[in-house]
Amino acid sequence: MNFDDYRGVWVFLEEKDGGIAPVSLELLGAGRQLADKRKTLLSGVLIGEGITDLAETAFEYGADQVFVYDDPIYRHYRTEAFMRAMLACVEKHKPEILLYGATSTGKDLASAVATDLPTGLTADTTQLDVEQDTGLLLASRPAFGGNIMATILCKKYRPQMATVRPKVMKALPREPGRTGTIIAESIPLKETDVRTKVLEIVRATTRRVRIDEADIIVSGGKGLGSPQGFQLIHTLAETLGAAVGASRDVVEAGWIGHHHQVGQTGVTVTPKIYFAIGISGAIQHLVGMQNSGLIIAINKDPKAPIFQSCHYGIVGDAMEIVPMLIEGFQSALGRKEEVNAGKV
Amino acid sequence: MPEKFDAIVVGAGPAGTACAYELAKAGVKVLLLERGEYPGSKNVMGGVLYRQMMEDIIPDFHKEAPIERPIVEQRFMMMDKTSAVTFSYKGMEWAQEPYNNFTVLRAKFDQWFAQKAVELGTLLICETVALECIVQNGKVVGVSTDRPDGDLYADVVVLADGVNSLLAKSLGFHKEFRPDEVALATMEILKLDKKIIEDRFNLEEGQGCTIELFGDATKGILGTGFLYTNKDTLSLGVGTLLSGLIKHKIKPYELLEYVKNHPMIRPYVQGAEPQEYLAHLIPEGGYRSMPKVAGDGVLVVGDAAQLVNAIHREGSNLAMTSGRLAAETIIAARERGDYSEQALDAYRQKLMDSFVGQDMKKYKDATHHFDKFPQYFEQYIPMMNRAASKMLTVDGTPKREKQKQIWREIGPAKEKFKIARDVYRAWKVMK
Amino acid sequence: MLHIVACIKQVPDTKIIKMNPKTNTMDRSSAPAILNPYDSHAVEEAVRLRARYGGVVSVLTMGPPPAVKAIKKCIEIGADDGYMITDRAFAGADTLATSYALTKAIEKIAAIRPIDLIICGKMTIDGDTGQVGPGIARRLDIPPLTSVKKVAEVNKEEGYVIVHRKLEDGYEVIRSTLPCLFSVEKEINEVPYSSMPNVLRAARYQPHIWSVNDLPDIDRTQLGLKGSPTIVSSVWAPAKPQGGTMLEGPPPQQVQQLLDVVLQRKELFESRGGAS
Ligand SMILES: Cc1cc2nc3c(=O)[nH]c(=O)nc-3n(C[C@H](O)[C@H](O)[C@H](O)COP(=O)(O)OP(=O)(O)OC[C@H]3O[C@@H](n4cnc5c(N)ncnc54)[C@H](O)[C@@H]3O)c2cc1C
Ligand SMILES: Cc1cc2nc3c(=O)[nH]c(=O)nc-3n(C[C@H](O)[C@H](O)[C@H](O)COP(=O)(O)OP(=O)(O)OC[C@H]3O[C@@H](n4cnc5c(N)ncnc54)[C@H](O)[C@@H]3O)c2cc1C
Ligand SMILES: Nc1ncnc2c1ncn2[C@@H]1O[C@H](COP(=O)(O)O)[C@@H](O)[C@H]1O
Repeated sequence: MNFDDYRGVWVFLEEKDGGIAPVSLELLGAGRQLADKRKTLLSGVLIGEGITDLAETAFEYGADQVFVYDDPIYRHYRTEAFMRAMLACVEKHKPEILLYGATSTGKDLASAVATDLPTGLTADTTQLDVEQDTGLLLASRPAFGGNIMATILCKKYRPQMATVRPKVMKALPREPGRTGTIIAESIPLKETDVRTKVLEIVRATTRRVRIDEADIIVSGGKGLGSPQGFQLIHTLAETLGAAVGASRDVVEAGWIGHHHQVGQTGVTVTPKIYFAIGISGAIQHLVGMQNSGLIIAINKDPKAPIFQSCHYGIVGDAMEIVPMLIEGFQSALGRKEEVNAGKV
Repeated sequence: MPEKFDAIVVGAGPAGTACAYELAKAGVKVLLLERGEYPGSKNVMGGVLYRQMMEDIIPDFHKEAPIERPIVEQRFMMMDKTSAVTFSYKGMEWAQEPYNNFTVLRAKFDQWFAQKAVELGTLLICETVALECIVQNGKVVGVSTDRPDGDLYADVVVLADGVNSLLAKSLGFHKEFRPDEVALATMEILKLDKKIIEDRFNLEEGQGCTIELFGDATKGILGTGFLYTNKDTLSLGVGTLLSGLIKHKIKPYELLEYVKNHPMIRPYVQGAEPQEYLAHLIPEGGYRSMPKVAGDGVLVVGDAAQLVNAIHREGSNLAMTSGRLAAETIIAARERGDYSEQALDAYRQKLMDSFVGQDMKKYKDATHHFDKFPQYFEQYIPMMNRAASKMLTVDGTPKREKQKQIWREIGPAKEKFKIARDVYRAWKVMK
Repeated sequence: MLHIVACIKQVPDTKIIKMNPKTNTMDRSSAPAILNPYDSHAVEEAVRLRARYGGVVSVLTMGPPPAVKAIKKCIEIGADDGYMITDRAFAGADTLATSYALTKAIEKIAAIRPIDLIICGKMTIDGDTGQVGPGIARRLDIPPLTSVKKVAEVNKEEGYVIVHRKLEDGYEVIRSTLPCLFSVEKEINEVPYSSMPNVLRAARYQPHIWSVNDLPDIDRTQLGLKGSPTIVSSVWAPAKPQGGTMLEGPPPQQVQQLLDVVLQRKELFESRGGAS
């Protein structure tokens, strides 16, 4: 394997709701830095049906060129079809670095591609850097339940691949009018070559509180004592128009559903304001919220680790502090009627 | 048809495991049930393991078993609020084979011991709670468990389920405890560098020391505290009769915190990181609280039979010996195919003839006595400290004068007579 | 009659793991080894499919000798047979080398009894990648189906399965040819408390244990550390944050200070409607 043949930083561009998934835009931001450091191009790989136009968005977020596989066979994500396209593209254009979002699609695809190439793949990366001279990718990730961080290298193979957690990298500000090159690609792939078929896609019907999109999150932990105590979190969240988050222990206790869980095995969130109430601040929780804009912690234990990671902390009993906060916000925001109305 | 065993032993503590070990060694088809994730996972003990009774089961065990330190020094501290009179014995004969006794951590030791029993053919089943004995025609024929299809059958069932033996209670062998029959012990395992332990306790590499704490360690409540050295941890605990805790309205962990911060103890534990906090009951009713230990198809061993010598904080050794004697009885019963109460009653005989029964009888009034007359702990230990302080403080007072003062401080003649009487009484219950 | 192989791993319980603050290394002795929680669901699903369609459930692990305990746990759940590959040559394997070794073992198991379905857990809590399952599927050239949260149908005669794959915002119903490989989500089932007969069987069970030499045509350069393209170059403790401003005073005063801070960002509240 001649390493000099492998040039450029690539990002797998995942399609979502007719656009490019936020995580892919974040990766373009991170990839741009790597590419600049290596003085090389940043490329996207788009696979799908009728998705060529999305390349424009990629350019506006920092891509120099986009390889496009646009064909009805890619209508739905299927491992085998996407993998064939990606393998062909890698073999033809030989990237040095190839990044995927650590979504279910990104992880699925990356694992399959890595095995066939073969090459190394680092999962769930949260920090990326590259050695300027050698092009060696320094992919770092939490390991052993978040107790340690590990930097993982792939010295013997190219491309170097990693999946990257959503919400930890920063997308560049959109630059309208920025353009690049579209390179249309195709491979001879027939429907009979693909052994799986998507019969139906069922979207979640109830629109949940998407905590990963909320500007304000009020999160509660075991310190609320009981499901009744946790009700205070709901009330404060309603008052603020915020989403409700929770620690894993609360979720496991069944006080609230899993999609509210913040942290390593839950969702990573970056709201503008994050309230952590009755949450001790275990490392696994912290990794999921530490990049929030303003972190406010309320805990009765002055030694709780959460106070090391907050911007403002109150040592006190949530049962006493939170009702006062609710009242304070209600009068300041004039929401009292609304909340009451909501309750009826 | 569920499978049938020769014997089922409930509880993989020292008593149950010793019993299963001996049974398996004799080729008996034995099942050992344990509710913890693994043997020892929930077990609590300050940690002195006596060599002899373990040797009776596995000779030379210390070469292989996970022991912490052989004990070369035993100290006894009579504590007051800010002082202590300490007696100690240290002997280098204890630093070498055959040793006297060892500190152990039960989580490690019990696991190892059970593994030895498994190697001999014991079938060990963990994470399973025995719910009650299955009784048919007045005879115990098995146990029910909390697992689906969980009934298990055997010729004989050995109850080694510890101090609060639900199984013995369900058979009516046991009553509920009175608060003056059990002690509640709480302890902490504190992590500390090996080298620091050896420096602080004045030990050479690998050696161990035990300190028993009396008096203010339990704020004068009847009970004791202990501080033992392990490899790279210390075990610090206090145990007091439940009745004492109730009377003095004190929570056990408050007592533990108190000892930990006591000026006589703090220097030993300073900087040590709490690693584990444990609490457990100790049967202290002694001989008079012993339940029936043999029934039709059933034997009771160890703490479940209340076999603890509270005065000498011995328990695990009595447990092992009782387990071994139960096994001997079962092996004999098996040869004759007779597991009736009369046949199994041989166990009670053996037990009473052994040191276990002898010691249980010897101290039958001890705990009760000290409970009834709290002055030993509440008054005499402080008195002893004041006396020592006075004698040893060099302030120009002639020694004879000091002795007189001490004598006067004890109080009028009536009081002196009371002390003399108490000393005699204590000697009597302990003799 | 299906032959289902579940891949399982023994892992340190990362929930209880303790770190040595001085050296930043894990105190492995502090963490008891358990069956990877996700893998227990893989085994349970295999057992449920056996109940539906009949057949045999085998479990396979690669690990050090004490991992026999994890296999026994699977027998408790209801697996019929256990296979373990253990050898120094496997040590230090990353996901690529792991999937290679497991594939070789699967081929050997398949020679004993042809395999219809392989089930893996979503991920391990120590490796934490979810890459091994798809890796095995690729090497065997069978379709990998990740994020499976329900198995609707397995039809051996016609050679297909229908499963539900979890998506970020719902699920998809997907049909695949058989044989194939699933990586299953935790929500696919609940693992019940094992029955006494299974537990007794597990206590006595001895798995098949193979070393490298027992695996035919194995390419040793693809095993263990040597066969792993990724290497861990450094390990460090996550940066400790410095701590924020602690609000002082009696509770009402603290609350007032907090309100002042938060309400400075009033724009946040105005940009949104009422409760979401
Ligand atoms: C592999 C792995 C993955 C994990 N993933 C996650 C994850 O994604 N997300 C997650 O959250 N956790 C995760 N955890 C669990 C994590 O380690 C912690 O156990 C969990 O976050 C603790 O939840 P908690 O803070 O609610 O509870 P606790 O740790 O019990 O803390 C409760 C806090 O409330 C305080 N308190 C009590 N009463 C009051 C009161 N009246 N008023 C105010 N404060 C009070 C207490 O002082 C304490 O600090 C994971 C663990 C592992 C091993
Ligand atoms: C703080 C403290 C310090 C002590 N210090 C010492 C000392 O230094 N030296 C000494 O010799 N002794 C000491 N002892 C006493 C000693 O620990 C006990 O006497 C000894 O452990 C008794 O052994 P056992 O096997 O009878 O009971 P245990 O060790 O209590 O074992 C009972 C076992 O049965 C299991 N079990 C209980 N119920 C069930 C059920 N329903 N189904 C299945 N399993 C069940 C339990 O999990 C446990 O493993 C101390 C005790 C305490 C609490
Ligand atoms: N050493 C191993 N032995 C058997 N199966 C494994 C091993 N490592 C991983 N697996 C399987 O692959 C899945 C994903 O693991 P991982 O890629 O390590 O997150 C696990 O849930 C197991 O089903």
